[in-house]
Amino acid sequence: MTTDISPAAPSAAPPPESETEDGKEQTLLQQIMSGSWLVSLLAIVLALLFGGVLIAVSNAEVVAAAENFFAAPGEFFATLFQTVGNAYSALFRGAVFDWDARTTERAIRPLTESMVSGTPLILTGLGIALAFRCGLFNIGGQGQVILGATIAGFLGYAMPLPPVVHMLVAAIGGIIGGAIWAGIAGVLKARTGANEVIVTIMLNSIAGYALGYLLKQNWFTHTTSANPQSRVIDDSAQMFLLLPPPFRLHFGFVIAILATIFVWWLLERSTIGFEFKAVGANPHAARTAGISVSKVTILVMIVAGALAGLGGAAQVLGTEYKLTSGISGSIGFDAITVALLGRSKPLGTFLAGLLFGAFKAGGYLMQSQTGTPIDIVLVVQSVIVLLIAAPPLVRSIFRLPTPVLKRKED
Amino acid sequence: MTAQTMDKTPSTQVKALAPIAWKFPIVYTILALVSLIFFGLIGRDGETTFRVATGGDFFAIPDFAVSSTAAGLTLGILLVIMAAVSIYVAIKRIDIGSWFPMLFGVIFVLSFLAWAGGGSGGVIPLTTLLAGALALSVPLIFGAMCGLVGERSGIINIAIEGQLLAGAFLAAVVASVVKNPYAGLLAAPIAGALVAVVLTFFAVKYWVNQIIIGVVLNVLVVGITSFLYSTVLTQDPGLWNSRQKLPNLPIPLLSDIPVLGRVLFDQNILVYIMYVVVIALQIFVFRSKWGLRMRAVGEHPKAADTVGIKVNFTRVRNTLLAGAIAGLGGAFFTVGSGLAFGKEMSAGQGYIALAAMILGKWNPKGALFAALLFGFSKSLGNTLQSIGTPVANELLLMLPYIVTVFAVAGFVGRVRPPAAEGVPYVK
Repeated sequence: MTTDISPAAPSAAPPPESETEDGKEQTLLQQIMSGSWLVSLLAIVLALLFGGVLIAVSNAEVVAAAENFFAAPGEFFATLFQTVGNAYSALFRGAVFDWDARTTERAIRPLTESMVSGTPLILTGLGIALAFRCGLFNIGGQGQVILGATIAGFLGYAMPLPPVVHMLVAAIGGIIGGAIWAGIAGVLKARTGANEVIVTIMLNSIAGYALGYLLKQNWFTHTTSANPQSRVIDDSAQMFLLLPPPFRLHFGFVIAILATIFVWWLLERSTIGFEFKAVGANPHAARTAGISVSKVTILVMIVAGALAGLGGAAQVLGTEYKLTSGISGSIGFDAITVALLGRSKPLGTFLAGLLFGAFKAGGYLMQSQTGTPIDIVLVVQSVIVLLIAAPPLVRSIFRLPTPVLKRKED
Repeated sequence: MTAQTMDKTPSTQVKALAPIAWKFPIVYTILALVSLIFFGLIGRDGETTFRVATGGDFFAIPDFAVSSTAAGLTLGILLVIMAAVSIYVAIKRIDIGSWFPMLFGVIFVLSFLAWAGGGSGGVIPLTTLLAGALALSVPLIFGAMCGLVGERSGIINIAIEGQLLAGAFLAAVVASVVKNPYAGLLAAPIAGALVAVVLTFFAVKYWVNQIIIGVVLNVLVVGITSFLYSTVLTQDPGLWNSRQKLPNLPIPLLSDIPVLGRVLFDQNILVYIMYVVVIALQIFVFRSKWGLRMRAVGEHPKAADTVGIKVNFTRVRNTLLAGAIAGLGGAFFTVGSGLAFGKEMSAGQGYIALAAMILGKWNPKGALFAALLFGFSKSLGNTLQSIGTPVANELLLMLPYIVTVFAVAGFVGRVRPPAAEGVPYVK
């Protein structure tokens, strides 16, 4: 195993042998940052192929045709391509453009649906990407989304305020909720060295139970119903629609765009962002240069949590309109893959969030029209990220040349 | 590293006294007062019945009922005395051992139960409570052992969740097709090891960050198993996903012990395998050549390599073994409990197992108790929910996670992971 590793493997520079912490963080950063767009594209193609194989294997007609393969090979391939093709074309029609639709509105609605699904993913993904850039692994997106959604939702129905102001207050409540939740992990990491991975995983579960508890309390839900869900939020707190119904595209998407620009500005143009990146690249050097590593750690987590909390707020104020125990879905975990696919860059995360939103939106149509379960989307997404994390693997599959290392340390 | 050793050298000359550890006495005192005031003085009227017998016992112990307030008072006073002892012990700097917190915990839980059962006239089924705790702990214990073996050899394994789920899936399918639960038991470790193959392939060969692979593998396994469940398994559940249950194999004599005997020794073979795995790991990790090499590779791979240990080979082998252990744990969800496979049925237990391993400080014994703690609090939550008590189920279920956060934050002493974990070894 040891000798197999090609010396030019570009995904990660050989980590320093002695110090553990920075070795871990450096390779993490380098893996996320390295690689090219071509590799990303090829990874998506490979993942779709893998998903296609899974769809074919689980399809009774394809299996039946395969049993007669030697009698009628043509029929086998025809069935194969038809089955997989149908599934993926339904996925595309559900995600981008529905050419089977009767009206123009219906035809272009899928694209806006992708944006709707993508909005919370982009916001939460930005939070996770930001933490990555600082060498922190924020697995707590889920908990931060739950906290953000809970506070935003509660303010949305419990506090009568004029329109727009109400929405902004609720959204800010969501930001604060997510910031506090991630801030706990940041403070513990900075003060006691507690591993942020474990703390955020624990905080995810705590947030889930806390929401479950609150949804059973009538003073919180403002309903008398025994169902664990809240009242519908006031109209004044809803994120207004950008297009008339049946479109569901709401103001949250604009917020997502603004947040992407904000994160770009933060990382590329601000002093504090420079400190974030410096700590992510090498905490020891950053400390020597006079940067307070613990301050940066806490601040990064707070900003990351704020973004994730905003994602939760967008979900409840823009799409769901009420709190349920499943309000966060799997946004927090999907956002990790979004951030990885986007290579932790703002624009990359934005596009990755759109792509995964498209998978989600298209998956529903695929499931209802062709009976292919939406779970295949999970498979495709995770294979994409696995492959992107290992560019040498993709390169060797497609026999691509390995890029020359720019800086080689001896 | 060097700063620490420098600090230590002079202290061998002058015998310095360690600072008094106030942390635990303070916690004991607070808990004791809570118990005395809330469960005793304020209390709830009525009686609490503890049910011990399960029927078919060797000699039956009758239910015993106690007055809720009286029990609360007595146990509360007992706890206050123990808290006082802990303060005395702390001042005298005596190391009292781990039996003290355990005893304290047991009495506190009893006083809580006496309080919770009062008022509603509820019957607290002690044996069921403990049996439930063990059952809920089994996958956690297997998962924690898996994480431990992996991390001790330097590979962070976040994919325990996926390995449990894969084990549950393959165990259910194979057992169902062969119509024999033991076949499922053989298949489960293979599923767990397969996930570990992907993990090590990316971690050792391509140096991908191990946390990333773990997280992604969890999603991948959820995706694949859910997809196959929705397509293949639901089409013909009789063939692919029929329920198969490992039979209980009571151990003669031992299983006749009241309460604990029934809980511990009237179980299926998977639980007995778990006992063996934990005991074996406790011995072999610290007392065998295999364990020494594993720890060397996880702590200082370069030194291990220098003395001729194949670092990456050792890591791959141990991670595969760990995956097999987690796969076995997954089998408990399906053939172990006599259930058919369901989507995402591991429900985050892999992450809890990870926490149990850390809470147990990467020791088999510690991880075992941590996992039992998680299992017990969950079982307590279930029991209290069914008898209807004033404490919300969610708040109880939240408790172990809060405990873990405190533990990781250094409350129960420094938690130190293996030094080289997560760092790919490159010559």
